[in-house]
Amino acid sequence: MTRRLPATDVVVVGLGWTGSIMALEMARAGLRVVAIERGPWRDTSTDFPTTTAPDELRYAIRQDLFLRPAQETLTFRNNLGQTALPIRRWGSFLPGNGVGGAGVHWNGQTWRWHPWDFTHRSATIARYGQAALPADNMMQDWGITYDELEASYDRFEYLCGIAGRAGNLGGELQPGGNPFEGPRARPFPTPPMNMPLAATMFETAAAGLGWKPFPSPSANMSTAYTNFYGCRLGPCTYCGFCERFGCGNFSKASPQTCVLPALVRQRAFEARTDSQVTKVNLSTDGKRATGVTYVDTAGEAWEQPADIVLLCAYQLFNVRLLLLSSIGKPYDPVTGQGTVGRNYAYQVTGGATGFFGRERRFNPFAAAGSAGIAVDDFNADHFDHTQVGFVGGASLSCIPTSGRPIGNRPVPPGTPRWGAAWKQATRDNYNSTTSVGIQGSVMGYRGCYLDLDPTYRDALGQPLLRMTFDFQENERKMGRYCIDRTEHAMRAMGANQVRRNEHTGPYSITPYQSTHNTGGAIMGDNPTTSVANKYCQSWDVPNVFLAGACLFPMNAGLNPTGTVGALAFWAADAIRERYLKAPGALVPT
Amino acid sequence: MNAPRCNRRHLLASTALLVLVDTPSHSRVIRGALPWSPNEAYPPERVLPGVWRFFNADEAAAIGDMAQRLIPADGASPGGGDAGCALFLDRQLVGPFGDSTWLYMQGPFAVGTPQQGLQSPITPAVRYRTGLAAIATHCRANFAGRTFPALTGAEQDALLSDMEAGTSGIADFEDKPFFEMLLANVMEGYFADPVYGGNRDMAGWKLVGFPGVRYDYRDVLARPNEAYAGLPVGLTGRPAWDRS
Amino acid sequence: MALAAGSHAMADSNDYTAISRGRYLVTAGDCVACHQGASGEFAGGRGIETPFGNIRAANITPDLETGIGTWSADDFARALHEGVAPGGRRLYPAFPYAFYTRITREDSDAMYAWLRSIPPVRNVVDRDTLPFPLNIRTVMRGWNAMFFEAGRFQPVPGRSDEWNRGAYLVTGLGHCGACHTPVNILGASRASEAMAGQPLQGWFAPNISANEYVGIGGWGVDDIVQYLRTGATRWTRASGPMAEVVEFSTSRMTDADLRAIAVYLKDQPARGVATAPPPLPAEIPRMRAGAALFTDNCAACHRGDGQGVERLIPALAGNQIVLQRGAETLARVVISGVRAMATDADPTAPGMPSFGWRLNDTQVADVLTYARNAWGNAAPAVEAETVRGLRPR
Repeated sequence: MTRRLPATDVVVVGLGWTGSIMALEMARAGLRVVAIERGPWRDTSTDFPTTTAPDELRYAIRQDLFLRPAQETLTFRNNLGQTALPIRRWGSFLPGNGVGGAGVHWNGQTWRWHPWDFTHRSATIARYGQAALPADNMMQDWGITYDELEASYDRFEYLCGIAGRAGNLGGELQPGGNPFEGPRARPFPTPPMNMPLAATMFETAAAGLGWKPFPSPSANMSTAYTNFYGCRLGPCTYCGFCERFGCGNFSKASPQTCVLPALVRQRAFEARTDSQVTKVNLSTDGKRATGVTYVDTAGEAWEQPADIVLLCAYQLFNVRLLLLSSIGKPYDPVTGQGTVGRNYAYQVTGGATGFFGRERRFNPFAAAGSAGIAVDDFNADHFDHTQVGFVGGASLSCIPTSGRPIGNRPVPPGTPRWGAAWKQATRDNYNSTTSVGIQGSVMGYRGCYLDLDPTYRDALGQPLLRMTFDFQENERKMGRYCIDRTEHAMRAMGANQVRRNEHTGPYSITPYQSTHNTGGAIMGDNPTTSVANKYCQSWDVPNVFLAGACLFPMNAGLNPTGTVGALAFWAADAIRERYLKAPGALVPT
Repeated sequence: MNAPRCNRRHLLASTALLVLVDTPSHSRVIRGALPWSPNEAYPPERVLPGVWRFFNADEAAAIGDMAQRLIPADGASPGGGDAGCALFLDRQLVGPFGDSTWLYMQGPFAVGTPQQGLQSPITPAVRYRTGLAAIATHCRANFAGRTFPALTGAEQDALLSDMEAGTSGIADFEDKPFFEMLLANVMEGYFADPVYGGNRDMAGWKLVGFPGVRYDYRDVLARPNEAYAGLPVGLTGRPAWDRS
Repeated sequence: MALAAGSHAMADSNDYTAISRGRYLVTAGDCVACHQGASGEFAGGRGIETPFGNIRAANITPDLETGIGTWSADDFARALHEGVAPGGRRLYPAFPYAFYTRITREDSDAMYAWLRSIPPVRNVVDRDTLPFPLNIRTVMRGWNAMFFEAGRFQPVPGRSDEWNRGAYLVTGLGHCGACHTPVNILGASRASEAMAGQPLQGWFAPNISANEYVGIGGWGVDDIVQYLRTGATRWTRASGPMAEVVEFSTSRMTDADLRAIAVYLKDQPARGVATAPPPLPAEIPRMRAGAALFTDNCAACHRGDGQGVERLIPALAGNQIVLQRGAETLARVVISGVRAMATDADPTAPGMPSFGWRLNDTQVADVLTYARNAWGNAAPAVEAETVRGLRPR
């Protein structure tokens, strides 16, 4: 039996980055907000303080902070011809759980995506012609431009206190910054991080190769910072426990450091944790959401009525919730019709590892999640693609994030995996090895999508999401091209021996690659090919707004969180300044 | 592992003044102020040597010997057996790791592609229990009644290599999955925080020069390419924390 | 100004001015600190820990049976002024009538008017929880004879209105000395040590006299005002009981009143040990252990040089809280952790984690000894016995 709770103005599903930002923006606009989070409450001094956070086994290996697959997972197959099987243990990506979401355990690499990304289809056709588009692609523009989103990027960067060096201030290129970035209205809020030795060597090598290296923008703090909500952060101490760990000394931007202290003080706000939303409830004509139903830890179901529903779960689980709630038409890969589940994308990773011998001491344990140097020369459309045979690109970077020894014991190719020779090689190479990596774009493809699994169910008996994905030839070519360049860089850095890191064969969910899943509930300018309009508003149910990377029609060669945060502010502005004045569709259909 | 020091539900009753907990359901309700309670902490349970909790004495001896072959002692540092990898694994196997509590273990179970990852219904606890029994039977039958610890080092290495290659021929035994799990767990035991029972005297960390959980390496970044002089520290400390 | 002799007329509960002034005065007196309870603000029931046992604070809502609904303004004034409830029942000095006796009748009436205006809450509080012979309230007669002198506040001639206002708030309504002035064995404040600090309920209420070494002698008036208004200065943040005082009382007071408090406090004599002892030598075993402990446990937030992070992590170098005669507060925050106070303008309220599971008593003592004797700090060593008593029971 489902019991009905008193109505609220706004219900937020998921209290991570986007949920906390939108909840606070809504509460400050005078609306009553209830946020419902399936995981536990978490805060710095109790749940990931300096006394317990630096624990590689518990967090990086046993995955204590992440969503536990026993509660919910998804199934996976490479293509339509296979039977999807459940992801029983996380590998390729690590979905967050609990208050703060993956914003608790991210590395903090915070980018603005390029102007090209938002118009990647039309810009490719304009420069290279229709024939340049890859086979079976579903590339489509976002329905929003970089220029429209600039002020929202600014808000997210100043929320987090991002450390970096501007490359383009109002159209004027700045020395030492990223010359390929879109124009920004003002500099980064804080100066760049201090750089580990490997990063400075990469910087020198990259400049020598004629590339344009710059400090990777960082949500680890280079200095103390207070944001516009009054929330305070301290300086990063390069503890080496960033991604997969909460930050114990307030030095990584997260919902806990940047939003929640202000949010909980809002009288119109309430959070309910340990509560799993199972569906968005609709009016009988299906055109209006009436609230959500959630299940508490005792297995009891509760209906929370609301005038506005904000879907702020992780990308995968927002898409699942749409499918479970029958909002929008599920995508069909055979006909190409339908929208929900369309354009699921991932990222191309890889790079080169260099073994430098005893004269180098990289001290890899002294590291932050985003203290490093990046190169954007081979990303997006920053170089002429006429001869390369692919669209898109990748960022190159040297960001040594950790020397944690269960996961980071590089040995040269050919070393045995155990025994005396392994031990000697481990001793010899731990401190003298480093890597340069790529993070490459992935376009939307007809056969890469999300839907509900016909067989496997979650702990509550609802169908799991099913992922069908593999890398396509366009992306493999792009990856090879950019990984070649990381090898050039590694040789220029002076490595004695270089190992190429490239995933060949079908995409595998086993080795960690990145938690940068995108698409499935994409934004666009056409309700037949997108789930949401440019204001992140559902075309089908206009009092449902979406947040997160599920909105991205493609995946760029940069980390997604900057764009996720910007879209959250953008959508909150749209609700406050447009929707509340005239509730209904913000873009006519 | 991760036994909470105090129970979260108990904490609900003792949250700070302004945190109004009027739960409409079995949810935790947060509003007004950030919850906080004195002494709230969730440290891992400190593993101390004592009676085995998962292994019997023979199994523990076999695991200790396997760890010692995978990570042999040399002049400068102890081996995996010396460093407590068996104790580490014993305690891991009675926790959520042992019976895959946190993993998705609903059926149907099917053989998937390599890209689909772990699909076995066999939990680590079952794999070790049955695997060690199969190895013991095999050793007795093929090495004149000797068990794994009674084999010579060369014989032990050869058997482990055969398991790694999937050519051990041990009956009723998936040798490759067993070996892969064993190798991963021994490495965990050698390099995880000593609080979990392995990495005794921080031997693994000293091997590579990892200084542990100091949480502040600003000074290291300021001196690039210099050797770090500090001694490693674990979650429960280092000898210098006590007066000498 | 509230110092004018008040009228003794019965307060009118519909008098908006008196009621709103009364609310301010009840806030300035931080009545809610003790009289809050599970049934609501002012409904009482909160246990007040005293060296003689726990006392439960009264229900002071206007409930007729369980609150003070039957009290007259005179009854209320007499309770504040003499520590005697209607019917002659004697109150314990955990109710700080030794301070409230200085409250003017006009202010008493305004407080009464406001307390009459709040909703009555029915909440029976067991007020007789002390052991024999203290449960016989007439024994308080003897205590009063020895230690208590009733008397309204008298402005000191030749001092500014601001100074006198500060004196009224500090020694009367605000009852700062209830915590910050050491008490004798029978729980009476020792005037000769006013504001010199004392151990209290497992904390150490610090010296807030003009002592330069451990008091506020080195603080400016602006620093004090900012601390009382926001709970924080550049180098320190309120926590524990004082965080509650700031949150529920001083942060809601006018700047003029806060400034008056600061001006008065700054003008009081320095009490307690006035000069620092020589710091403990760095090479003794407890200091060496303390240095290692500090590097591994504390430096990631408080920094290796003890400077902290401005407005986020308190500095330990030169922070008077670190140097107090008693280390109860320090040991307690290391063992149990602490949450700094939050305000709307400064909501972060950074938490210090609990180290009690990780450090033994000697280690806690040694890391504190180190912090009290590093970076120019100097204060007596902390002993493991002090720490042991602060472990949660």
